[in-house]
Amino acid sequence: MPGPDSPATPAGSASHRQPRPTIRVRPIEAGDLAQVIAIDAEASGIDKVDYWYELFHRYGTRGRQQRFFLVAEAEDSVLGFIIGEVRDWEFGSPPCGWVFGIAVRRAARVGGVGSELLAAILENFRRAGVEKVRTLTTRDNNLVLSFFRSQGMMAAPFIPLEMDLPAVKGDIS
Amino acid sequence: MRLQTSTMLALYSIIEAASHPGKQVSAAEIAERYGVSAHHLAKVLRELGRAGLVDSSRGAGGGYRFSGNARRLTLMDVIERFEDIGARSPDPGTAQTDLGLAIARVLSEIDEIAKATFRSITIETLLKLVERARRSETSE
Ligand SMILES: CC(C)(COP(=O)(O)OP(=O)(O)OC[C@H]1O[C@@H](n2cnc3c(N)ncnc32)[C@H](O)[C@@H]1OP(=O)(O)O)[C@@H](O)C(=O)NCCC(=O)NCCS
Repeated sequence: MPGPDSPATPAGSASHRQPRPTIRVRPIEAGDLAQVIAIDAEASGIDKVDYWYELFHRYGTRGRQQRFFLVAEAEDSVLGFIIGEVRDWEFGSPPCGWVFGIAVRRAARVGGVGSELLAAILENFRRAGVEKVRTLTTRDNNLVLSFFRSQGMMAAPFIPLEMDLPAVKGDIS
Repeated sequence: MRLQTSTMLALYSIIEAASHPGKQVSAAEIAERYGVSAHHLAKVLRELGRAGLVDSSRGAGGGYRFSGNARRLTLMDVIERFEDIGARSPDPGTAQTDLGLAIARVLSEIDEIAKATFRSITIETLLKLVERARRSETSE
């Protein structure tokens, strides 16, 4: 099912790139949070202020070696963000970089901002000593899947599984 | 996962032509490279032409050129012109039994993953994969 963020350009037509201002990718600062929250709300349709403050606290404060929360900025406004961390020995797999959030302001998309954010976090992962990067997204998020594929990502040798928790006996709700 | 011969041929033809943007590719050469008849390839090229993905020139040589947008055309866009990969149905006699439904559910899980994969890979992404594989071969 195509979501609101599905690729809009028809498959047969040529696409055009706008000339863009210089983009700078840097670690997030407290003053960027309001814009990050707005970009996420635009992409996900859900305003999650507390969640982002909590993430900022855990990932955005200085001196982190394994956690990265970066923003792309041009002309004093935040165009997008990326967030990730190095995860150690999950299910027996050697430490690797995990990207678990990325979004670019809708008006700034398809201008290379997402690619620059990813390149910057990959550089951080490399410096942290890992050799692999992974991410997880929903099967119907074709936009995010196409983006990560275009950057060279392939299916990982994992299968995500889920189930509804069994109802507790005696619970009548 | 197995795709039909025409579908595979369509993918080869598109990718060969997209890797030489603006240039004519010889249909005869493609037919020979992939071991298919010129007649079969011509049929596939006609369908790709109807979809606006290639321009063919008739006559001696019989070349064609990629005319789509490699950055937006996905493998799924090409595949679904030739077959419906989600249409594998279990034997009609058992389909409505509990067992039939359980098997159908597992098959559809597999199909959904295949479709999401084909939808997320553009011709350009595939060409980059080829390029990367070539580079790593030459650097070995
Ligand atoms: C995925 C996303 C981050 C990409 O950012 P971006 O700045 O547009 O990405 P780039 O411009 O660097 O694009 C790089 C490549 O990705 C692919 N891509 C990006 N947008 C695409 C689209 N609409 N259709 C097809 N491919 C696309 C292309 O291959 C593109 O390369 P190209 O421009 O040479 O064709 C952005 O689209 C986004 O924020 N989407 C919503 C994210 C979301 O839902 N997040 C959930 C909350 S965490």
